Amino acid sequence: MPKLSNMSYKNQRILIIFLFSLVPVVLLLTFSYLPVFKMFQYSFTSWNGLSKNMEYIGFDNYKTIFTKPEYFAVFKVSLYYFFATFIQMGLALYFATILSFNVRLKNWFKGILFFPTLLNGVAIGFIFLFFFKPEGTLNTILDLLGLGALQQKWLLNPQLINISLAFASVWRYMGMNFIIFLGAISSIGSDIYEASEIDGANRWHQFRHIIIPSIKRILQLNLILAVSGAIGVFEIPYVMTGGSNGSGTFVIQTVDVAFKYSKLGLASAMAVVLLGIVVLVTILQRILIKEEK
Amino acid sequence: MKKTKAVTGLTALTLMAGLFSGCASNNNNATNSAATNTGGNTGTAAGATAAPGGDAAKDIKGDITVITQRTDIVDTVFKDYAAKFNEKYPDVKVNFEALSTYEDQIKIRMSTSDYGDVLLLPTSVAIKDLPDFFEPLGKKSDLEQQYTGLEERTVDGISYGIPITVNFSGVIYNKQVFKDAGVSEIPRTFDQFSAALKSIKEKTDAVPLYTNYAAGWTLTQWEADLATVAGDREYVNIGQVASDDNFVPGQPHYELYKVMYDAAKDGLIEEDPTTTDWESSKADLANGKIGTMMLGSWAIGQIKGLAANPDDVGFMPFPTNADKILVPLSDDYNLGVSIHSKNKEAARAWVDWFINESGYPTTEGGGMSPVKGAELPEILKQFAGTDITFDTLAPAKAGEEGWVDAIDKEAEIGLWQPDFKKVIIEAAIGNRKQSYDDIMKELNDKWKAARAKIVTAK
Repeated sequence: MPKLSNMSYKNQRILIIFLFSLVPVVLLLTFSYLPVFKMFQYSFTSWNGLSKNMEYIGFDNYKTIFTKPEYFAVFKVSLYYFFATFIQMGLALYFATILSFNVRLKNWFKGILFFPTLLNGVAIGFIFLFFFKPEGTLNTILDLLGLGALQQKWLLNPQLINISLAFASVWRYMGMNFIIFLGAISSIGSDIYEASEIDGANRWHQFRHIIIPSIKRILQLNLILAVSGAIGVFEIPYVMTGGSNGSGTFVIQTVDVAFKYSKLGLASAMAVVLLGIVVLVTILQRILIKEEK
Repeated sequence: MKKTKAVTGLTALTLMAGLFSGCASNNNNATNSAATNTGGNTGTAAGATAAPGGDAAKDIKGDITVITQRTDIVDTVFKDYAAKFNEKYPDVKVNFEALSTYEDQIKIRMSTSDYGDVLLLPTSVAIKDLPDFFEPLGKKSDLEQQYTGLEERTVDGISYGIPITVNFSGVIYNKQVFKDAGVSEIPRTFDQFSAALKSIKEKTDAVPLYTNYAAGWTLTQWEADLATVAGDREYVNIGQVASDDNFVPGQPHYELYKVMYDAAKDGLIEEDPTTTDWESSKADLANGKIGTMMLGSWAIGQIKGLAANPDDVGFMPFPTNADKILVPLSDDYNLGVSIHSKNKEAARAWVDWFINESGYPTTEGGGMSPVKGAELPEILKQFAGTDITFDTLAPAKAGEEGWVDAIDKEAEIGLWQPDFKKVIIEAAIGNRKQSYDDIMKELNDKWKAARAKIVTAK
């Protein structure tokens, strides 16, 4: 039985580090890497999700996806979320900037803005279902404000449904971006502000020439995250409409293929394709951002 | 990050379905594909657990877990069942487990070996895979002396499940609403039916036809009426797979969903389909705020239970232009025994007792008993002596078993899924540019391509 105290300090360190990192690494392998590996494996089969036997069919699933345009038609819906992303970032940056200066009830506002992030996505889906109902919250409020003429059937009108859903999505994810921006802005030293004020800069100048350049990296990161998110939109439309009435997204379609039509192999291939698209978009963004420099 | 979203989403799905189905016996009728095996499975009758008889009953011991979809009565009615069961089998301890979204949850559990002793055979499991998960209950040729409806869950002549009840499908309507609208005759043809809906719209405040679009699964109930429209018990499993053109004018599918499309187009459905609510729709139908809903017999009991005057709730066959009116009888869920059960004899005893002696099929199940020679439910006695016949669907031809289901899944049509029904309603209310014929043509093309693939593959 070797004792820990008999080992050299260096070896002790290695052992401790190894033991401590064992737990997260095992969790990561079990719940992230193994499922992804399995997903790649399934994507080459015609497995139905339950059968004892799996038939390997090579690249047939991928052929099916790329030869049927209707599988990609749903990406039109992602465009709504893509544009909503910019509104989301704009709002988050706006609130973060304002709240980084001295405002009354600063912490209370921070709490309010961050709160949606803490809620469960399913709960948010149900909240917004009530919000958008014909006799729901939104139409009632419009009525109270005397804007009854603006009342709409938010989830019935095919022109509005995706805008309504994207709005719910913005409400949900903005808090996260906001907090990240706030943290980044807080790291700017106050002496820079003071110096700029002596030089006669107003708030807008400070924002434009101090804040934006200082948080450029974070801005890029948030943008990449948000765009990948827009491609993989799932829970809000799934919970609220189940993807009906033209609000289906690629991920909803994948889930349907897997669980409604029992084509787990094909659905895995779709998931792999989605992963590929996200990776591509991310690389593209990085390249574009680099060129600007 | 992405993965957690997907997981949350799945949970959402479960929750949603749970909410919408609530306490309903949310039974999507098993796809009416008479089922036997075409693949390479080896189900033998050798291991079939026989039902014990006579004094042997006293010797059966053990604990069994029965998994049910009836969350609403698991703690009440089922407890009484267990007590009665114990009078006959004193040494068997029965535990119950109720799953709110049965189909989704059981499928996940079936990838382990822990899915109870007695359970309902999930409709989403391919028929040819049944022998991997369930105990054989006996040869079909022996069992069919006693039960009907075995063909749906039989592989190679061996049966793996017995239906918990046999459903009939059609239109559940409110008699008072029809009376107020001045409709005295039960509509028979499509024209009479749409005229009746229009009278309801004109003369009453009731919604003529409530689609239950939002819940989704409720729309799948229409598919059960296909045989009525065809007027032929052989159409569903034999006629359909023999044809490339099932969604063209004049064909049963086209005519069936035309009823849905026309009603939606003429404003004879609820005002905003996207926000319908299944639970309250039952009460609304019971109390005259809704005229008709397309459902199976399993819903009749639930709706009557909510009615101020239960006699107002009536059943009629789906409209048809066929010469004779056929109301199809189809299996509800089938009950079977897990292959991993530790007490197979006790489990089998429960299956037999539940179907023969508990009274569930007619009382709680709301349909007909699968036991041969059982009498018709009360609500059907009005049709005795008329030209309306009740009959099971003809099973598929030998060698074509399960084809309807296979073609359907391959084509991603979803005969028993809400998707294309939702599209039809969306198009009818003007949310989509497609016409009814466009939708049907698309389905027909899908069917054709998938049929070519399945039929040539066999």
